[in-house]
Amino acid sequence: MNSLYYQKRSSRNIVDKFFTSLSVICALIAILPLIFLVTYILIKGGSQITPELFTLEPNPPGDDLDAGGINPALIGTLIITTIASIIAIPVGVGGGIYLAEYSKGGAFSRFIRFGVNVLAGVPSIIAGVFIYALIVSTKILFGSMYSGLAGGMALSILMLPTVIKTTDEGLKLVPNELRYASLGVGASMYTTILKVTLPSAFRSIATGVVLGIARAAGETAPLIFTALFSYYYITGFGDLFYEMGSLAVLIYNFALEPYDAQNKLAWAASFILVLSILSVNIFSRILAAFTEKTKRV
Amino acid sequence: MIKTNKKIPKNIILSLENVSISYGTFEAVRNVFCNFKKGNITSLIGPSGCGKSTVLRSLNRMNDLIPNCSLRGTVLFDGTNIYDKRVDPVEVRRRIGMVFQQPNPFPKSIYENIAFGARINGFTGDMDELVESSLRKAALWDECKDKLNDSGYSLSGGQQQRLCIARTIAIEPEIILMDEPCSALDPISTLKIEETMHELKKNYTIIIVTHNMQQALRVSDMTAFFNAIEYEDGDGGKVGYLAEFNSTKKIFNSPKEKTTQEYISGKFG
Repeated sequence: MNSLYYQKRSSRNIVDKFFTSLSVICALIAILPLIFLVTYILIKGGSQITPELFTLEPNPPGDDLDAGGINPALIGTLIITTIASIIAIPVGVGGGIYLAEYSKGGAFSRFIRFGVNVLAGVPSIIAGVFIYALIVSTKILFGSMYSGLAGGMALSILMLPTVIKTTDEGLKLVPNELRYASLGVGASMYTTILKVTLPSAFRSIATGVVLGIARAAGETAPLIFTALFSYYYITGFGDLFYEMGSLAVLIYNFALEPYDAQNKLAWAASFILVLSILSVNIFSRILAAFTEKTKRV
Repeated sequence: MIKTNKKIPKNIILSLENVSISYGTFEAVRNVFCNFKKGNITSLIGPSGCGKSTVLRSLNRMNDLIPNCSLRGTVLFDGTNIYDKRVDPVEVRRRIGMVFQQPNPFPKSIYENIAFGARINGFTGDMDELVESSLRKAALWDECKDKLNDSGYSLSGGQQQRLCIARTIAIEPEIILMDEPCSALDPISTLKIEETMHELKKNYTIIIVTHNMQQALRVSDMTAFFNAIEYEDGDGGKVGYLAEFNSTKKIFNSPKEKTTQEYISGKFG
């Protein structure tokens, strides 16, 4: 008879221990790049942070003593991401609602789902080239070529699949009983979606939107083809139709410069970019936790 | 209003005429003729898969929400075939309310749970009064009058189900459909719901699907027994049909059909 006590040296328990530790090690390795990357950027970029960084224009490369600040790029990233959100969120959430609530799994909705998956896999540079061909080279936007507007459009293409998918999946997670409850008291589809299903799925949709924004804000390739870059302050509404700087392109441009001052500025910009994406993610968590609480009044 | 010329006795509020319902190519229930009397509680009983829930859901067009579900025949409500193309299913559901198997309160406060339906249907009266009277009718008022702003989820299962009944009453339907409303509840909650139903009978017509034959016996005036058999022309699957429909007393004391006798005495099901 085997004893009921735990046998440290039995082969079964040794194998079990081995695989447990193996999976823990793999998990640690998986998180390692993130930790190193964030710490490296925090150390390299954090030391470059000064108040002037946020207020000055970047100086043209060559003046090795002072690289200036990243104000235009910071504001530019905000504007371009906002434009992308204004386009992608309504279209994406609307498309997700169609897929989850209205479509009956026919050929059309299957085609859209497939298309969304393909779009999610399209390399970001292709989105840039596409907008370049459609808008920049044709000067279709009131004769302007490279512009912040075109940049926002390119980024919206990258945001769309994330928003559609998470809306679709978030709405599918809402139990059907809740829909029946609403329809059973005589609510129309429109009221049901607006008052019952969408609020219940708000958490996952908001997460998807934030993830989409975070992805778009860090993209470089599409912006090189569409928004290009600018050294100058954004002063008014008209600047939307001209070249616009962004953090990602600033990092790309200045990291390649041979001058130390510009490189340092690129590190500072990386720091700001990583920090803002991180804080947007944290913000989404807080938002989700907050809505969860109010939901359970 | 889309009226038909057919003569229906005045006390019949809902009438099924040769109704067959299919999911895709699978026929769930065939050739049902059935008249529901106003002010009665009618229970639908029968073994699993006999189509009683399907029939119940067809009465306020809830089956529309299931893809591939189709209905042949007519369902006359207030002299109108509710499956007529011109009929708005939303209006049908407003006048024929439904309580589901699992309690499904909205993730809102108790007050809002009841106010929701009334508000979207354009209720302009005193909302506080409506909430109170609905909760009173559902026998829930005394238990939750002090916590109307708590979440509907904070109630127990039985209370949640009575909240769902109150929510249905608040829109003042003419008929209340109940799909096994007590199957997820304990005996004491079940008893409370049954008391509520007796109370509601004064103003509403109730049609209830139940697996619990004692419940059918306790609450209902009329009982419809559904059964499922294999048809020769079918694809081998069982198809539901209405085996016997009579007053509850007769169904339980002197059923005409042998299968009814066997089912209520627990020989199958």
